[in-house]
Amino acid sequence: SAAEVSSQGPVRISKLLVANRGEIACRVITTAQRLGIPTVTVFSEADRAALHARMADEAFCIGPAAARDSYLRMDRILYVAQETGASAVHPGYGFLSENTAFANQCQEAGIAFVGPPAAAIAAMGSKSEAKSLMAAAGVPVVPGYHGSDQNEDRLLEEGRQMGFPILVKAVMGGGGKGMKLAMSAADLREAIQSARREAAASFGDDRVLLERFIERPRHIEVQVFADMHGNAVYLYERDCSMQRRHQKVIEEAPAPNISEAFRSSIGESAVAAAKAVGYVNAGTVEFIVDTDSGEYFFMEMNTRLQVEHPVTEAVTGLDLVEWQLRVAAGQRLPLLQPQLRLQGHAFEARVYAESPAKGFMPSPGTIASWRVPTGSVAFSHKGDVRVDSGVQQGDQVGVNYDPMIAKVIARGVDRQSALQRMHSALSDLQVSGLSTNVAFLKRLCQHPAFEAAELDTSFIAKHMDDLVEPSQPGADVLALAAVTWHLTALRAAEESSPNKAQLGPWDVLDSFRLNHVHTEAAQFLYAATAQPLQFTLSFLRRGDIALKSISAGEAASSQECMVRGASLRKEHSAVSAEIDGQRLNASYSLHDQGDQQVLTLWCRGEMYEFSKPIIRSWAKSGTVLSSAGTVLSPLPGKVIKVLVKDGDAVEEGESLVVLEAMKMEHTVRAPCGGVVTQLVAIEGAQVSDGVNLAFIDAGQQSVGASAA
Amino acid sequence: ITVSSIIQAVGFSSAARDESNILSSTITQPLSVKIQENASALSTVLDELYGKVARVCEGGGGKAVERHRSRNKLLPRERIAALLDPGSPLIELSQLAGFNLYGREEVPSGGIVTGIGRVQGRLVALVANDATVKGGTYYPITVKKHLRLQEVAEMCRLPCIYFVDSGGANLPRQADVFPDRDHFGRIFYNQARMSAKGLPQIAVVMGSCTAGGAYVPAMADESIIVRGNGTIFLGGPPLVKAATGEDVSAEDLGGAQLHCSTSGVTDHLAESEEHAISIARSIVGNLSSAGQPGPEHAAAQVSVPWNEPLHPPEELRGMVPSDTRQPWDMRGVLERVLDGSRFDEFKKLYGSTLITGFGSICGQTVGIVANDGILFSESALKGAHFIQLCSQRGVPLIFLQNINGFMVGQKYEAGGIAKDGAKMVMAVANAQVPKLTLILGGSFGAGNYGMCGRAFSPNFLFMWPNARISVMGGAQAASVLSQVEEQKRSREGQRWEGKERDNFEQKVAARYDEEGRPEFASARMWDDGVIDPADTRRVLSLALGAAMHGYRHGTPHYGVFRM
Repeated sequence: SAAEVSSQGPVRISKLLVANRGEIACRVITTAQRLGIPTVTVFSEADRAALHARMADEAFCIGPAAARDSYLRMDRILYVAQETGASAVHPGYGFLSENTAFANQCQEAGIAFVGPPAAAIAAMGSKSEAKSLMAAAGVPVVPGYHGSDQNEDRLLEEGRQMGFPILVKAVMGGGGKGMKLAMSAADLREAIQSARREAAASFGDDRVLLERFIERPRHIEVQVFADMHGNAVYLYERDCSMQRRHQKVIEEAPAPNISEAFRSSIGESAVAAAKAVGYVNAGTVEFIVDTDSGEYFFMEMNTRLQVEHPVTEAVTGLDLVEWQLRVAAGQRLPLLQPQLRLQGHAFEARVYAESPAKGFMPSPGTIASWRVPTGSVAFSHKGDVRVDSGVQQGDQVGVNYDPMIAKVIARGVDRQSALQRMHSALSDLQVSGLSTNVAFLKRLCQHPAFEAAELDTSFIAKHMDDLVEPSQPGADVLALAAVTWHLTALRAAEESSPNKAQLGPWDVLDSFRLNHVHTEAAQFLYAATAQPLQFTLSFLRRGDIALKSISAGEAASSQECMVRGASLRKEHSAVSAEIDGQRLNASYSLHDQGDQQVLTLWCRGEMYEFSKPIIRSWAKSGTVLSSAGTVLSPLPGKVIKVLVKDGDAVEEGESLVVLEAMKMEHTVRAPCGGVVTQLVAIEGAQVSDGVNLAFIDAGQQSVGASAA
Repeated sequence: ITVSSIIQAVGFSSAARDESNILSSTITQPLSVKIQENASALSTVLDELYGKVARVCEGGGGKAVERHRSRNKLLPRERIAALLDPGSPLIELSQLAGFNLYGREEVPSGGIVTGIGRVQGRLVALVANDATVKGGTYYPITVKKHLRLQEVAEMCRLPCIYFVDSGGANLPRQADVFPDRDHFGRIFYNQARMSAKGLPQIAVVMGSCTAGGAYVPAMADESIIVRGNGTIFLGGPPLVKAATGEDVSAEDLGGAQLHCSTSGVTDHLAESEEHAISIARSIVGNLSSAGQPGPEHAAAQVSVPWNEPLHPPEELRGMVPSDTRQPWDMRGVLERVLDGSRFDEFKKLYGSTLITGFGSICGQTVGIVANDGILFSESALKGAHFIQLCSQRGVPLIFLQNINGFMVGQKYEAGGIAKDGAKMVMAVANAQVPKLTLILGGSFGAGNYGMCGRAFSPNFLFMWPNARISVMGGAQAASVLSQVEEQKRSREGQRWEGKERDNFEQKVAARYDEEGRPEFASARMWDDGVIDPADTRRVLSLALGAAMHGYRHGTPHYGVFRM
C-alpha cells in the first residue's frame, strides 16, 4: 500500500507492538504504517476512545487507568505481543522505555525491544556509576564527588577541593528532589544534611553526591544512534535550556551560538559515551554547558527516543523512528556520520495543560475544542509546521497521565524564521476547555532575550513576570465577546428548544419590539484577571446592535459602539462582526468548566477567555447562586477520601472530599455551612470536573442553630 | 437581434426565467423626491409615536418604579423579556391603550402589558400586570386589554402565561369593570374555556392577587409564586381584621410558603422573579404538544426560505402623503411588503379600485385585498369573489385599508351598490381563514366593514400613524351635519349666518379629525396597535405566524348572498 521501499529495503519486522499511549504511540504507529509494518497497541480503560487505540491495526485493553495496572504491566503487554505475533515492541518514552526488566523479558521472549540492550539501560541508570564510566571513557564530567564514602567530613573535604558553588544531589534522585545548593563552604553542611533528609524520604536511600554547580548553564543534548554492527553517529545537538521546574518547555536544534568545532567535539563525546556502554539504537546524551567558560560536561544519558526528537528530525530530514525500527531489526544505520547534514533551524514547544500564572500548576481538564494550524502536518517531519498530538476533542488531559497536550514543531531556514513560524503556529493553535501554556509559549517566542538566543536554564524563572502577564483585550475584542455571548445564546435557543416546530418569521431572532428598542444587559468576567465586564445591547433594525460598555465603580463611565452584521458560522466555530466600522473575525469555543460557562475567543492571534457563572440553584434570598450548597469536583480526578457522611453538620470551608489528580491532592471544601445531604462521592470513584459530589443544605443549619 | 425578437421568432421558452410578477411601480420609484418628502413629513409623527411609547414603557414612572424595584421586582416588559427565548420578537398589543382616556388619571398601556412571543421554541400569549400603574388595578381598559389578549390567544391557539401583580378591580370604577359580560369575570371564564380546549394556562404570581385576582392563579393549570412578594387571598389582612378580628400578616395569610406547602393553591415556589421565570420556561418546555397545530392542519408550518422585497422597508414611511386628499400608490406598498416584491394579481382589469391577488410574506402565501380608490359594485363583487377563493383554499387574507367608502349617487344606488357591498361584507364575515387588517390611510364608512374592520374580528388589526378612522371624513361630516342643522333651524324659522356655520363646520371637522386619529383609536383599543410603516412586513409576518398557528381549515359556509 503506502509502504515506502527505501534504499535500505524493507524493515524486517513482521508486526510491531506499540507499548505506549498518546502522541508518541500515534507517532510510532504512523511511521510503522508508512513502512508497511502492521501495528498493535495497548490501551487502558481510560483510553478506550483514545486516538492511538484507533490508529493501530489492532488494539487491546490491558487494565485500569492507573499506569501501574496497565501501561506498566509488562506481563500483559508481552502477552498481547505473543498472542498477536508481534516481533518487536516499541516502548515510546516514559512507562517501560527505560526498564531493564522489560527489555530483558522481551529478549527472553524473542521479541525485539526497540531500544538499547538492557545492560546499556542499566549502565546509564545510576547517575554516579554512569559518570565514572564516562570519565573513564574520556567524556568530560562535572567536577564532583561520587564516592561511596558518605561520611560527612569526607563530603565536606571533597567539596572544598572542588570549588563553589556546589550542588548536593541524591544519588537516586531525579526531578529536582533531594537537590540542594551550597554557595560557599559555610552552606555546605546544611545543604548535605537537607539533601539527605529529602533523599531518604523520597527514595529510601540517603546517599548524596556533590557536583560543581554551573551558574549560567545551558542544557545541550546530543542525539546519538548506534546499530548492532558497531556503527554509531551523532545527529547533532538540541538546546533544551528553556526549562521550568527542570522540565523542558522549548527545545531547538541546532544549539545557537556554538562553533562547528564545539559541535563536532560535543558530538564525538556523545558517540564516545554511547560506545562506552555498548549502546544500540536511539539515545540522547545530555550535557551541561558552562556559558561563561564554554566547557561542557556529561550529565546523563537518556536511553530512549525523547519527546523532543522531532526537532532533530526537522533539521536532519530523517525519520528517527524508522531508524529505530531498522536498528531493532538488526539492520545497519541508514547513514553514517559523513553523510549527515544539518539543514535550517527548528523549535519544538510543548503545550501543557497547566497554568503558568499559577506557578505552572497542572490544570487537568477536558479538551472542549482542538484545532491545529491550517497546513500543519502530524507525526511527519515533512512540513514546516508539525503538530504531534494524541488528543481529540472531548479527551481528558492530565488526569491519569501526563499533562502534555501536544508538541508544536516549526522549522525555517534560520533561527529567526523558525521562531516566527513557531509564533504564528502557536497563534493558530486553538485549544480550550482547560488552562494551557500556549499564551506563555507565545510570549516566550517573542521575548527579546530569547530572540537573541541568550539561553540558560534559569531563563524562564528570570523573565517570569514578562511571560505570564495576562494580555489585556482591547475594547473591540470585549465588544466582540459581548456579541458572541449573545449570538451563542441565540444558537442555544435554536438548538435546545424542546419544541422543534419551525416558526418561520418567529425563528428570526432579532429581538424585535414595536415602536421601541429592546435593550438587554450582559455581564461576564475576563477570566485572566477576573475583571467584571458589563454591557447593554440594544437591538436595532437589520440586526445592528448598539453596544454600551459600562464601567462600574467610582469612575463609572460608559462607552458606546455600533455592531453590524454580527454572525456565527457553525462549521468553523467562527464569529464575525463589524465594530465601529472595523470587521473583526475570530474563532470561538463555548464550554462548561466547573461552575462556569467559558467563552474562548481567538482573535488576531491572541486567545481570550471570558466566563459566566452557570445557575445551579436559587438562594432563599432570591439571588442567583452558581453553587449554593452544591459541592462540585473542581477538576477531574479520583476520589481518594470522603471525610463526611450524610447528615453531618459542617462549617463553611470544612474539608469534605479529597480528590487526587495529576498525582496531587485537592481538597474539596464546603461552600457554605449546613448539613451534608445527597452525598454521592464514594472513595475510589473517578469523577470529571463539575460533577456533583454532595449538597450542603444551609437551611437545615439555620434551623439547628436557632434551636441551639 | 434583440431578446424579444428571438422570443417572437422561436416562441416562449420554458427555460426563460419568469419574473413578470415582480412589482415595479413607476409611480413610487425608490428614492424619489415624493418618497423623501412623505417620509420626512411622517418623521415628526413617528417621533411623537416613539415618544409616547417610550413614556408608557416607563409604566407608573418615578417613585412607583423605584418602590417596585426596591422589592426586587421587574417591570412587566422586563418580566416578559426574561421569559422569552433569547432574541425572540415580541408583538406587543395595544401599547397606547388608555392613552388620555381617564382625564388626569394616566393609565400607561392600560396598566397591563400583553403580547405574543416565543418561549422554548413555541409561541405563547403573555399578560403582565403593571403594579407601578395604580397598583396594577383593573380599569375598564385594563379589563378590555386582558380580554383582548385572551381572545387573540384563543384564536391563535396559544398557551397563556399570566404574570400576576395586581390589586384586582379598580374600586372607584367597579361599575365599569365588575358586572358585565365583558368585565372582570370574563377573564376566569376564558381561562376555564381555554384550559378545556387544551390551551395551557400558566400563572406566575409576582405580587398580590387579591379577591377576584386570586382566581387567575387558582384557575391556572399550573402556577408559580414568588416568595416574599407573591400573595394570594380572597380577603386581605385589613378585610380579615374587619370581618373576624384576626390579626394576620399578608405572608402568613397567603404567601408562597403557605400556598405551595399547605393550601396547594400554587404549585411551584420561586425564590425570586428570575427563579420564577426559570420555572415558567421549564413548564413551557414540558407542555409537549398541548395546543400545537398537528401535522394534519394546514397551519403546521413548513418553513420555506423566502426572499426579502426588492426595496428596503424604510421606504414604506414615504408611501403615504401627509395630505390625505392626495392619491398614492397601493402597489408601491405591496412591492415593499411581499416576498421578492412578487404579486400575482387577480382580476386586474375588473373593478380596479380594489386590488386583489396573491403573494407571500416570509414564505406564507397570502391573499391581498387592498383599496385603490372608492368601492364600486364591481370592486365589491371582485372582493367577494376573491375572499371566497382564499377561504376555499385556506389562504389567509390581508386587508390593506385606504377607503373613503362605497360610491354614492343615484346611478350607483340604482345599480344596487348596497347589495354588492353586502356581498363583500357577507364574504368577509364568514371567511374562516385568518384575517389581518392594516389601516394605512383612511378608513371611513361601510368601507371599513367590507375591508374587515374591527367589528369583523380580524385576528389582528394595526394602523399606520397617519391613518384616520371614522364613520366618514371630517369635511363630509361637517357638511352633512351643517345641512341637518340648517334644516332644523329653517324648520324653526331661524337663519344661520355664514360665520357661525363655518365655525360649526370647523368644530365638527376638528372633532372628527381628532377622534379619527390612531392614538384615539388605540387608546380605546379599536385596533391592536399603531405601527411604524417600516415595521409593516415584520409585524404582518409575525401576526400571520401567530394567526396561522390557530387555523384549522374547514369547509367554508356563508349566509345568503343577495343577488
